[in-house]
Amino acid sequence: MIVRLRNVDKVYSNGVVALRGLDLDVGEGEFLSLLGPSGCGKSTVLRLVAGLGEVSRGRIEWSSADGPAGQPNGDIGFVFQEATLMPWATVWKNVLLPLRLRGFAPDESEPRVREAIAMVGLDGFEQAYPRELSGGMKMRVSIARALVTRPRLLLMDEPFASLDEITRFKLDNDLLALWARQRWTVVFVTHSVYESVYLSTRIAVMTARPGRTAGEVAIEGPALRDEAFRTSAPYNEYCRHVSARLAEASRA
Amino acid sequence: MSSIPSVGPEGAAGGVEMRDLEAARAGTAAARPRRRSLWRIVRLVLPPAGVGIAGLLTWEAVVRLYQIPYYILPGPLLVVRTLVKDWGTLYPSLLVTLAIAGAALLVATVAGVMISILFTQSRWIELSLFPYAVILQVTPIVAIAPLIIIWVKNIPVALLTCAWIVAFFPIVSNTTLGLNSADHNLLNLFQLYGASRWQVFWHLRLPSAMPYFLGGLRISGGLALIGAVVAEFVAGTGGAQSGLAYRVLESGYTMQIPRMFAALFMITCTGVLIFSVLTALSHLLLRKWHESAAEREG
Repeated sequence: MIVRLRNVDKVYSNGVVALRGLDLDVGEGEFLSLLGPSGCGKSTVLRLVAGLGEVSRGRIEWSSADGPAGQPNGDIGFVFQEATLMPWATVWKNVLLPLRLRGFAPDESEPRVREAIAMVGLDGFEQAYPRELSGGMKMRVSIARALVTRPRLLLMDEPFASLDEITRFKLDNDLLALWARQRWTVVFVTHSVYESVYLSTRIAVMTARPGRTAGEVAIEGPALRDEAFRTSAPYNEYCRHVSARLAEASRA
Repeated sequence: MSSIPSVGPEGAAGGVEMRDLEAARAGTAAARPRRRSLWRIVRLVLPPAGVGIAGLLTWEAVVRLYQIPYYILPGPLLVVRTLVKDWGTLYPSLLVTLAIAGAALLVATVAGVMISILFTQSRWIELSLFPYAVILQVTPIVAIAPLIIIWVKNIPVALLTCAWIVAFFPIVSNTTLGLNSADHNLLNLFQLYGASRWQVFWHLRLPSAMPYFLGGLRISGGLALIGAVVAEFVAGTGGAQSGLAYRVLESGYTMQIPRMFAALFMITCTGVLIFSVLTALSHLLLRKWHESAAEREG
């Protein structure tokens, strides 16, 4: 177990109740998807876990290995819905940013940046500026930036939602390949049933706002998933099942 | 290296883009764009130059045809001749005006950016001081200039103060807007990685503000010159320290209208020069990343 959310409420200053009584466990090494209708507080959950907001009620408990209780110890990578790059900086400097902010020495950070850029297949583009890249390539830079600190926990907030389907499928596969080898823990927010079934080891289905987890589905897919899984009978069965759970949760 | 899993770029689209980028970097496609950009410059310059030449020819023709006396309207040829003849008087005046406008712009830039930074440190500071910046901006400089010239004994400093008052506001308002325009998700990201206030300012707010600041700087450049000229008019100082505006006044009093035109022409040229330099600076700083300066792919 890496992090555990217990009975969490989140009320924004404008009075909107985003989450009410949310329970969620994130296990070591799993690929957990948060699936729910738009506006159900999925992103809020990620922000709270990342320490970018305070819970209004309830607790966030971290396993002892991950630093002091309630304090994310920095072993977190975050990928936003948009690539969120600094347009004035090259690919290299964008990926370097987290290390620079943490005061890494240049000789220490250089191999890490090179490794992260290679992981996402962008070697040769170190000196390119974001505007020279396609949407998918920008998202790769964003992922490299999240990986450069070698996080144990990777939080992804609908990272591929704004990309075209062909690019999304490719990035899904590449993300899975990286995850299979590195085995960080991933919490992936999505509103796509198909994407969540394809990627996850477990799906937490959320209700409409105020959000809470309405149920969980474990996905027993093949160890390394590929396009064959995307068209297989078990995949379709999972999709049908998860869609039904999502519809139930939205009504609740 | 074997421990690093490597994955390729997405699909055919990514591949094509990658090749394009590499070709561009290798410089194989460099020759054609250069010829194209030369043609583009010609196309940009030709129409306004044509209009200018036509206008000057008409002006000269009208002056000759109707035999308009030179003290009412001198022809452009006479103005050019006067410019050459009076260069010894006009050139030092140009330097004076340029020095005042330049110094005012420099002070406006430094003070303006510092005021903006102060504004973004605290909402209270901004709320308390911003109205006064607006008041200073909207009060016509012609109305304040006499006071400043009475109060400040040193004439160049008085002129500089006037020019500064006119020039600083666009820099303050634009830079403040820019410093507050940093991408919210990037701010979140900086927070996630435990960035200090200083790091957020240096690595995020300042670069985000750059295009806004440069936009303000271009406006302020023109205003600094206008402020300097207006202040010179009000001060009306003669002697060695007189700028171009005083030459215009002086020529008016003595009916040396061709010289008046020559001085006016020099003021205009100075304004165009300041604008061009600042535009080039802006382009140089932004061309790599900002949409306003980057070339659009056809």
